[in-house]
Amino acid sequence: MRFQLNKKAFFIALCCCIVTVMLVFYGSRKLQNFDAALIAYLFGTVFALFGIIYRYCIWLQRPPTWMYFRRGWQLLFSKSFVEYAGLSVQKLVRNIAFQRFIYPRGKTRWWGHFMLATGCMLAFCVTIPLTLGWIHFTMNPTDTSLYEAHLFGFKVMEFKLGSWMAFFIFHILNWCSWLVIAGCLLFMRRRLTHAGLIASQTFEGDWLPLVLLMAISVTGLGLTYDYEFLKGKTYEFMAVTHAVTVILFLIWIPFGKFFHIIQRPAQIGAHLYRKEGEKRGMAICPHTHKAFATQMHVDDLKIVTKELGFDFTLEDGTSHLDLSPEGKRAALAKAHLKAREATGKFFG
Amino acid sequence: MTSYYKTEMEFFVDMQRCIGCKACEAACAECETNGQQSMIHVNYVERAVTIQTTVQVCMHCDDPVCANVCPADAISKDEFGVVHTANTARCIGCSNCVMACPFGVPFKEESYDMMMKCNMCYDRTSAGKKPMCATVCPSQALYYGTREEMRRMRPNSVPVNTFQFGKLEVKTKVNIMMPKGATMLKVD
Repeated sequence: MRFQLNKKAFFIALCCCIVTVMLVFYGSRKLQNFDAALIAYLFGTVFALFGIIYRYCIWLQRPPTWMYFRRGWQLLFSKSFVEYAGLSVQKLVRNIAFQRFIYPRGKTRWWGHFMLATGCMLAFCVTIPLTLGWIHFTMNPTDTSLYEAHLFGFKVMEFKLGSWMAFFIFHILNWCSWLVIAGCLLFMRRRLTHAGLIASQTFEGDWLPLVLLMAISVTGLGLTYDYEFLKGKTYEFMAVTHAVTVILFLIWIPFGKFFHIIQRPAQIGAHLYRKEGEKRGMAICPHTHKAFATQMHVDDLKIVTKELGFDFTLEDGTSHLDLSPEGKRAALAKAHLKAREATGKFFG
Repeated sequence: MTSYYKTEMEFFVDMQRCIGCKACEAACAECETNGQQSMIHVNYVERAVTIQTTVQVCMHCDDPVCANVCPADAISKDEFGVVHTANTARCIGCSNCVMACPFGVPFKEESYDMMMKCNMCYDRTSAGKKPMCATVCPSQALYYGTREEMRRMRPNSVPVNTFQFGKLEVKTKVNIMMPKGATMLKVD
């Protein structure tokens, strides 16, 4: 397929990158807090940002995505704002922070995903502001046993060197690495033993993300291992391999499985949409005479399907989409019976 | 050893032959790709007036409506024409596919917040085996084999894979057995 530049997506992505670079400049107090050793990571992050925004914009241009994206924000900023903001926060904690919807799919699966996601999200929270020069650490000028953390150049916290807090903060990326490794191992075990997954998995779609995360974590731990036990003798090798794996990860976010991290919050919108739809009223199936979906959903779907070139309008002016899934199956069976009946034979 | 997808094998459905035994449901739950959940639908057509049951597998449309209306790009069709169940990482549980499928196939598993559907026992068919449901159906309402086998077994019927839903024409990978001479099934 020939590549065609999506101008709208390109322009939005470019603007976001320019704003980010400006925020790097001013957030690091005109680069005085920017760590030049992290320049390669900065390029990787800005490229990833461009790719993510570009793909996200293209994704939003699809009729069903745009419909629910628009509806989600409309509902959030409607007269039920307080209720929906509360529901969004609740779903954000439950579905994004704890990924509880995975738990019923399998306890081990949830533990694997939870550790992997927590390790990644925690690492993002630390490394992205560090790379962009938004946070940095300094000694307290009056007491060298105290260490200070600064956000955008403003002091936000202070802790004593050699304290538990210092140990926890200085090694936070190591904790993240262990979480990611444990999660990856659980998923790898699953992918090696589950017959259904073996049949449907692909290397680039399912194994590469795990291998990449594993490589990032192991090389990251290698940096600590090097300065703790090898006196820094292998530092360059560790630093380069870690940088290469992280940058590969960053630039691959927009293209591969990791894009689901960006897509997942849409699930919150789906919950708001369902809640509002229930308030407005349910659709009743003409065949089963039971409620099967919200009327708002059925109505929106008629618009979306038409936009996509699928017109389910029947001869009597109603729509095939007015039927519930069971109603549709019955309609098909009845049509089949009618066709058989017309020939005088039910079997043949 | 035939450990590849056999393109000469096709799926044939004849709902009039369904006796509602639900053997297919039990067998479907054995499929490894489903996570021990049955994806096949067996239900009464119109219980008040008839005991006729109907059976529905995914018809694996040429241009799947479910995949088109998915806002999360979670449904894909492979090179064999098999429309796969939702990508677990992407599906946001919006139920668009559930509501849009003209055959009423996908369903949302509320506890998973995810859509699930038949993927023609991909763990089996991709290794040259028959789907679970077709191996156990006692009345051959569900049959998986070659077109030639079907022609010999049902000389008075013809496989049809074109459906008309109002203004929309849908072509599928799975066939439905119709009286000889039929070229499509009109549903309204």
